[in-house]
Amino acid sequence: MDFSKINWKKAAITAGIPLVILIFLGLWPTIGPQYWVTLFSYFLLYIIISVSWTIFSGATGYISLASAAFYGIGIYAAALFREQFAANLPLIVVVLIGGLASFVLAFIVGAITLRLKGIYFAMFTFGLVLLLKEVIYYWEIQFNDLRGRFVAPESNDTIYYYLLGIFVITMIVAYLIRRSKYGLALQIIGENEEAAAHTGINVTMVKVLTYAVSAIFIGAAGVIMATKLTYVDPGVAFSPMMSFSPVLMAIFGGMGSIYGPVIGAVIFTYIEEILKTGSMKNYYMLIFGVILIGVILYLPNGIVGSIQNLWKRISGARRAHTRG
Amino acid sequence: MDLIINIVLGGLLIGGIYSLISMGLSLQYGVAKVLNIAHGEFLMVGAFITYWLQQNGVDPLLTIVVGGPLLFLVGFILYRTVFTSIRLKAPNTGVYESNSLLAAFGLYFIVQNIAVLIWGTTPQRFSYLASSVTILGEDFNENRLVATAFAVAIGAAFYLFLERTRIGKAIRAAAQDPLTAGLMGVDINFVLALCFGFGAAMAGLAGVLISICYPITTTMGLGYTVIAIVVVTLGGLGSIPGSFIGGFILGIIGTGVTYWEPGLAVASYYVIFIILLLVRPKGIMGK
Repeated sequence: MDFSKINWKKAAITAGIPLVILIFLGLWPTIGPQYWVTLFSYFLLYIIISVSWTIFSGATGYISLASAAFYGIGIYAAALFREQFAANLPLIVVVLIGGLASFVLAFIVGAITLRLKGIYFAMFTFGLVLLLKEVIYYWEIQFNDLRGRFVAPESNDTIYYYLLGIFVITMIVAYLIRRSKYGLALQIIGENEEAAAHTGINVTMVKVLTYAVSAIFIGAAGVIMATKLTYVDPGVAFSPMMSFSPVLMAIFGGMGSIYGPVIGAVIFTYIEEILKTGSMKNYYMLIFGVILIGVILYLPNGIVGSIQNLWKRISGARRAHTRG
Repeated sequence: MDLIINIVLGGLLIGGIYSLISMGLSLQYGVAKVLNIAHGEFLMVGAFITYWLQQNGVDPLLTIVVGGPLLFLVGFILYRTVFTSIRLKAPNTGVYESNSLLAAFGLYFIVQNIAVLIWGTTPQRFSYLASSVTILGEDFNENRLVATAFAVAIGAAFYLFLERTRIGKAIRAAAQDPLTAGLMGVDINFVLALCFGFGAAMAGLAGVLISICYPITTTMGLGYTVIAIVVVTLGGLGSIPGSFIGGFILGIIGTGVTYWEPGLAVASYYVIFIILLLVRPKGIMGK
């Protein structure tokens, strides 16, 4: 048997391709034009958010609409600790604070919403985004007499490399969770939660912890994006679009593999960029809605899933007789 | 004391409209299992149809006859095309519920943006029955009384329809257990589409009533959807009387909080919603 040969090839591909991509992404700001560097930071941002979302929701089937809450928490961490014209904490520390704050928030949300059925969980998490927005608006106007805050800006390259760093960690964590028995436990919870509990999985712990871990990256990305926005208010920070985009991107790309959300994020960010800058500006949200419904109706397995199915059909016809 | 009377009466006068919206969502969510986040958009469309017809000289209350059936048809067709297809493709109820929630979000973006393209984002209003009436020493606009009376009448009529007619019985059976209802000879796809249509019609009617009392904007839908979700949770999923009573309760709470601190009215709805989910997710009338 030549298993060793196949494994070696596979190992080279699984380690080699990401390494090549990483080197390319690392050099990109020095070789790419400015416009494309900025666009690539958005690619990275949405990949981080949709992959993080898929870590928990893709596996368990619990639709979390709280991404915007974690993102907003990150943005407000930057607004508080990286204020413009003020003595500030180092950026890396604020990124950690943003990630940690999101972790804590997700942990609390996860712990108190465990008993809820799937659809209630979706509503609860969406309500959380709007609640945070309203309360922070109220707080800022009432006690601080301001609507928004200014954040110390960073250079495009700094933003890019920070996002690249968060992206790498997100991908590694997503990959490790998928490959571990943790990921397996998540899959079983998604298939049948009761059965999972009976097989000895600590359902509560697995769910809450994974959810909290997945929120870290969204919060950290929020901190970095705040330095790009430079002016933030609750409306910007807690925009519901940040909750829906990852869902759409992940479903569109396909949640069955780790590449699905990545592909979905890149395609959608690019479509958004074209629509928003072109003559179709006013129709952007309209088209977004049409694509959302279209994807749910016709691409429930996403692009990656559909291609895999197609490939199986083509290659399956050839191999059918050998497999019996 | 005056303050309490003012808040309670004010709450009851907005509560009727809340009840109507929530009964609509209760049908869509409780029976058809679509958490229709675009519910408020049907309301907004109803309100703007009224506004448009009023500008062309049609009495706003006459719009009820046009707007209700029109939105019923839209809702019915939507369910037969989009949501039935999602339901048949989904392997289990959980997937159907989350996919239809996402499709409803798509619908929300589509309807709202079409409305913005047609009517813009500036608030619109027209004056109708604007003379004031005194109840228990408090002044209220006549149009709010008329709107509440209509809301209560429509709600009561629908309740009777559910309790007394054969189709109403089929709807109640589908609410309890769609699969068994289907086995008992209920055309389940038709009944669920009917529920979705009725839900859309009720949102539209609530929109008509809102437009004669308050200023309307093309972006107001989501706010009312949130209210409807809170009321449906408060009243108990799929319970029509629960939604009816819940609407008035939330109306009174909302009016009270608005009086005390207008900036926190919406936040208070979420707090009620979150507490309910944690303490009694079945609602006050839930089984």
